[in-house]
Amino acid sequence: MLANFMAWMDKRLPLTDAWNKHLAQYPAPKNFNFWYFFGSLAMLVLVNQILTGVWLTMSYEPSGAGAFASVEYIMRDVDYGWLLRYMHSTGASAFFVVVYLHMMRGLMYGSYQKPRELLWIFGMLIFLVLMAEAFMGYLLPWGNMSYWGAQVIISLFGAIPVIGDDLTLWIRGDYVISGATLNRFFALHVIAMPLVLVILVFLHILALHEVGSNNPDGVDIKKPKGSIQPEELSKFTFHKQYSEKYDIVDAIPFHPYYSVKDIMGVAGFLIIFCWVMFFAPEGGGYFMEAPNFEPANGLKTPEHIAPVWYFGPFYTILRVIPDKLLGAIGMFSAIIVLFLVPWFDRGVVKSVRFRSKLHLINLIQFSISFIALGILGTLPATPTANLIGTIASFGYFGFFVALWFYSKNEKCKPVPERVSH
Amino acid sequence: MKNLIKALAFGLATIVSMSALASSGGNLDHANNDLTDKESLKNGFKTYINYCLGCHQLQYQRYNRTFKDLGIEEADGIANYMYTGEKSGDLITNTMPTKEAAKWFGTAPPDLTLEARLRSPDWIYTYLRSFYMDSERPFGVNNKVFKDVGMPHVLQDLQGVSSIDKHGNISPAMGGTLSAVEYDVVVRDLTNFLEYVGEPSKLERKSMGVNVILFLFIFFIVAYLLKKEYWKDIH
Repeated sequence: MLANFMAWMDKRLPLTDAWNKHLAQYPAPKNFNFWYFFGSLAMLVLVNQILTGVWLTMSYEPSGAGAFASVEYIMRDVDYGWLLRYMHSTGASAFFVVVYLHMMRGLMYGSYQKPRELLWIFGMLIFLVLMAEAFMGYLLPWGNMSYWGAQVIISLFGAIPVIGDDLTLWIRGDYVISGATLNRFFALHVIAMPLVLVILVFLHILALHEVGSNNPDGVDIKKPKGSIQPEELSKFTFHKQYSEKYDIVDAIPFHPYYSVKDIMGVAGFLIIFCWVMFFAPEGGGYFMEAPNFEPANGLKTPEHIAPVWYFGPFYTILRVIPDKLLGAIGMFSAIIVLFLVPWFDRGVVKSVRFRSKLHLINLIQFSISFIALGILGTLPATPTANLIGTIASFGYFGFFVALWFYSKNEKCKPVPERVSH
Repeated sequence: MKNLIKALAFGLATIVSMSALASSGGNLDHANNDLTDKESLKNGFKTYINYCLGCHQLQYQRYNRTFKDLGIEEADGIANYMYTGEKSGDLITNTMPTKEAAKWFGTAPPDLTLEARLRSPDWIYTYLRSFYMDSERPFGVNNKVFKDVGMPHVLQDLQGVSSIDKHGNISPAMGGTLSAVEYDVVVRDLTNFLEYVGEPSKLERKSMGVNVILFLFIFFIVAYLLKKEYWKDIH
């Protein structure tokens, strides 16, 4: 019965073939470590955001007059509305935690290097759209921090010469942030951005499966056809798209091996996620900021306007540069340089395991700078904070500059032929 | 790899301690709320209806939800907590005209449904115990926590009046109908109620959380064993 049905389907749609190509016969290196959980976790959080978002939309009212009250209506009168909202708000922060770790993995193991440049760029586009999605979503509860946070970020576009003022007017749809802004942000947040996100995620995975997964050793598991003794080949059957072109070693099918491993990762992640969601949904005031518990008020500026924590690093770079236009340029450059990592890195050795001490130190200083920038972004701007922020900004951009210089003639350790374990 | 983690951990610790130094905590008294104490919540609700609701709405919260969560029978609630003929499914509002109120007090009295989440329960507790005489102010009182606040000391009959010395210390209140200890209990109950109203599902959230996390631990163990079973022929 089922076999007949599948045969009928397969004649009309390559279902079994797609299943094999991307899951059951997809060759994944056998040495994935802890860092490789975050890709599948990002997908999990994306699904969580879409599902909870759909249900929140059913009770949310996108209007300047009704938005704030409708969120409290969800929190009080909708059955399990509070749970849906906390899943969504905690999910937003979790998304960035997971994505930042996923990106760090890419940097550590050189997953952006040839031939994975396009894969990295799709990932960066996902990150960019995700930031836009989160920024617009944060306006929707129509709290006072929503309002003033949006005010600050949108006014950045006003720093652009000549067209700045008209551009901000065009983005807001009004002379100030208003119901008009809220409605268009709602439209973009629930339709346009998620659609683009899902398409980009699809392309990200397609591009990944075309070039194959990297691994902690950065050693390719696809060897030239005929270069490997038959007994050395992986004992599993892989889809002909991979096995016809290459000799595949040290690989296992994604399903069931990594699907069961990822389920374990999901369980571990959910323990932390649910702990935050059920016992600290405000995330100590970082996931939900206190001023957002009063409605948007254009006449009452919060004492200290801080973007949500995940924008902190970029916000700090903006803030430490005294000139508004240069600050905005600095902030956007911080994202652009990430896009260009595959070309800043002129080395051929991928993994930090076999690269120079200098590269390891550079990665460490980059991570510390990034985290410091993030923390400073949530704190008021004091002279000390600005000094540390300036140093950390140099650390951030310095990573890329240094990488470009030392990677050309870097002294790396010998890279083994095969993955280590 | 291990070095990377160690260095990261060290860097993080430095940053966190740095930021801990940079952020300053206020010195508020602790309310020590207990959301499971239904009597306290009922007393707080009563105090709110009698003293606060005239000016401050709870416009996002409904009467019947409050009755249900606080264990008040509907008939009892309608008789003893609702004075102006609303239906029990109505939101807890008042009829004060906002524009007029802004003229009377300098600013319209804010809705207090989310006050405990906006400012914290400890802030409310301390605020209500920090009024002192100040003849410069329109209502003759000022507040140490909220300087030049527009509102009078509504609980003055209960607490009495305090004065402040030049070091900023508030003297014990005199002339109230309650002792200092009794007044603190009234304020604590009110604070407790406001914490409840800020997030009515808080207790349910925590009890559900315990069950979910227990389930997830078991699920994790099962998932771990499943993974081990599948992977035993790989390693």
